[in-house]
Amino acid sequence: MEIQDIIKPENLVYSKSKLQVDVISHYCPGCSHGVVHKIVSEVIDELGIQEKTIGVSPVGCAVFAYNLIDIDWQEAAHGRAPAVATGIARTNPDKIVFTYQGDGDLASIGAAEILHACNRGENLVVIFINNGIYGMTGGQMAPTTLVGQVTSTTPMGRTVELNGYPLKITELIAQLPGVHYCTRQSVHTAATVRRCKNAIRKAFQNVMDKKGTSFVEVTSTCNSGWKMTPVQANDWMVEHMFTEYPQGELKDNDKKG
Amino acid sequence: MTEEIIIAGFGGQGVLSMGKILAYSGIMEDKEVTWFPSYGPEMRGGTANVTVILSDTRISSPVLHEFDTAIILNQQSMDKFEKAVKPGGVLLYDPNGVIHPPTRKDIRIYKVEGTRAAVEMGNPKVFNMIVLGGYLKVKPVINLANVERGLQKSLPERHHKLIPLNLEAIRKGGEILEAN
Amino acid sequence: MGELRLMKGNEVLAEAAVRCGCDGYFGYPITPQSEVMETLMELRPWETTGMVVLQAESEVASINMVYGAAATGKRAMTSSSSPGVSLMQEGISYIAGAELPCLIVNVQRGGPGLGTIQPSQADYFQTTKGGGHGDYRLITLAPASVQEMHDFVELAFDLAFKYRNPAMILTDGALGQMMEKVELADQKPRWTREEILARSGSWATTGKTPDRQRNVVTSLELDSEKMEQNNIRLQAKYQQIEENEVRYEEILCDDAEYLMVAFGTSSRVCQKALEVLREQGVKVGLLRPITLWPFPSKVIGEMARKVKGILVVEMSAGQMVEDVKLAVFDACCCVPVAYTGRMGGILPSPGEVVEAFEQKLLKR
Repeated sequence: MEIQDIIKPENLVYSKSKLQVDVISHYCPGCSHGVVHKIVSEVIDELGIQEKTIGVSPVGCAVFAYNLIDIDWQEAAHGRAPAVATGIARTNPDKIVFTYQGDGDLASIGAAEILHACNRGENLVVIFINNGIYGMTGGQMAPTTLVGQVTSTTPMGRTVELNGYPLKITELIAQLPGVHYCTRQSVHTAATVRRCKNAIRKAFQNVMDKKGTSFVEVTSTCNSGWKMTPVQANDWMVEHMFTEYPQGELKDNDKKG
Repeated sequence: MTEEIIIAGFGGQGVLSMGKILAYSGIMEDKEVTWFPSYGPEMRGGTANVTVILSDTRISSPVLHEFDTAIILNQQSMDKFEKAVKPGGVLLYDPNGVIHPPTRKDIRIYKVEGTRAAVEMGNPKVFNMIVLGGYLKVKPVINLANVERGLQKSLPERHHKLIPLNLEAIRKGGEILEAN
Repeated sequence: MGELRLMKGNEVLAEAAVRCGCDGYFGYPITPQSEVMETLMELRPWETTGMVVLQAESEVASINMVYGAAATGKRAMTSSSSPGVSLMQEGISYIAGAELPCLIVNVQRGGPGLGTIQPSQADYFQTTKGGGHGDYRLITLAPASVQEMHDFVELAFDLAFKYRNPAMILTDGALGQMMEKVELADQKPRWTREEILARSGSWATTGKTPDRQRNVVTSLELDSEKMEQNNIRLQAKYQQIEENEVRYEEILCDDAEYLMVAFGTSSRVCQKALEVLREQGVKVGLLRPITLWPFPSKVIGEMARKVKGILVVEMSAGQMVEDVKLAVFDACCCVPVAYTGRMGGILPSPGEVVEAFEQKLLKR
């Protein structure tokens, strides 16, 4: 059998979403970002909302998300994506607006912006990548870094005395009446990727239906920052991160009453 | 014609609104107008003052070191603004609340017993209109018909029923004006 | 003729924004400019023109909301006063870097720090020399009357869109709180989607359609060669603005032997001082920069060659005076340039200006 005999449409078992731009990704092999980008691309494509969707990229590893997903994008200052997205969504109620933020961006420098945008119930999707570390700047402590976790600014491990506790911002966000849907997912197995995609699809659908803020945390790995192999990182995440950041739905107003 | 006025007293005496009605009346008479208040926490119960400038030509500085007319409603303002009246200018005051009457000889000084007259009229709130009436008697810079139109413009619709009372107060002010 | 009203400068900013068809206002309360948002909330433009008005959680958020709205090709604005505008500098730098049009109003108060709520012009450096990081410029308009507070809102939007650059109205608490006669413009509709696409479709985040590449609004470029090219392009734009958009007013300059230079509220004080000095027979003129950037350097240089002395009057420790001196220097002229002014929220009186003029230029 020749290779041409195999490359046929009927034999296709996997392809990139057509919204994924055909460039080499800048993400490290094993990083969760790539999978989440793929999910976001697929969801936007499947919902048929490419022409209506505006993404707001953060400062952090996902700063270049605009090079990877084929929609209109705006690059926000560190932490300000929810305010930027508010400005877009308020003046363009016909658009589907989402932010894509890391833990340093969303839970540290942008804590005020995310809380207030969610509290106003802005009609936004928020995708929150929580890997407990600053990836782009070289592995410093994040607000979600676990107690004892080694980073370049906690070389002996995070201590409560010096740095306080990991910030469970997703639990905080879920409390806010403006938030319609709040969930915590991961993408380390095929099954969790499917579940995460369902959650992200639901979040986008909620915004299309103008239901208010839909917040999806993706508990993620940063194998480079954590100084592990991708497989070790996945195991470490399950063992340590999932205890601090339990997986599953925190809130779904559709299921109320 | 340019008339530069300072109105000064306590917050709550209607200093700013008197100035506003005067300024709006000026617009009705096709004049250029500027209304420049002191602003900030001092307005709440402390002293308040407003500069009103009426002119047939473009108005220059809203900040002035001397005035054609000073309308003075308390002692602190007397201390501050008696000396700021231009020689030959006008100082008009309500003796209620002024312990030391003005002493300058090079200006024209008038008294309006506005506080007393307002009580007599049964409405202390028209005090500022009585004083305004006194001023317009001394310096008829604006025609009374335009003052009425100014009142209509500056008062919210729901207060329009009070316009006749305000006009009466303005007339009253003219009647009780006393030259020193 | 439009509707005549007696209005505060702050109220007029709000009226003018609605009437020129602004799409969104995002702000945070701060004295002495809170009436801008209060007036908008009373006007309820979302029920008439569809303009959005939102109280943000901070000035940091409000400027970023403007950044978001502006990226979609909408006419967006914010207003604040000095400490709040300091907080906005990050966002302003991003907006300038991403080349977005928008309007920022600074109703200045005295600083530094929390300072005072009384009027000041001490943010001149912040506005005209950068404020935020990087090589960028803000088109800066300095109104001197309540009517100009009205007129400059639409003018600022026009200039901002003409050059895809943020514009600022730099005013102060005196003009914000002062009431004057103002002629209001007639209501204009907001731009339609088609108008926005025609004007800004090549760059704005209006939603990627099959007929074009995706639009990305960003100021990021990690390749230094490309980033330098971005800067060169920005500088070329700024040069074009300097060539085309200088605005100023000359008052009694034709026969002037002396010159005063002042903007905004200070220029009003100077007009009075000028009247007093002219009555004394001193031939003095007033040059009022209307655009603080681009600065009217050329005309000041030309005037410098004709006069015996220049007095710059500011409500600051002397900031614009540096630009006046540069203009005089560039004109290869050595006429004396003096400064007078007050700080901390105090306005100089016309009498003080006359006195300073006599002391510093007439050496009386």
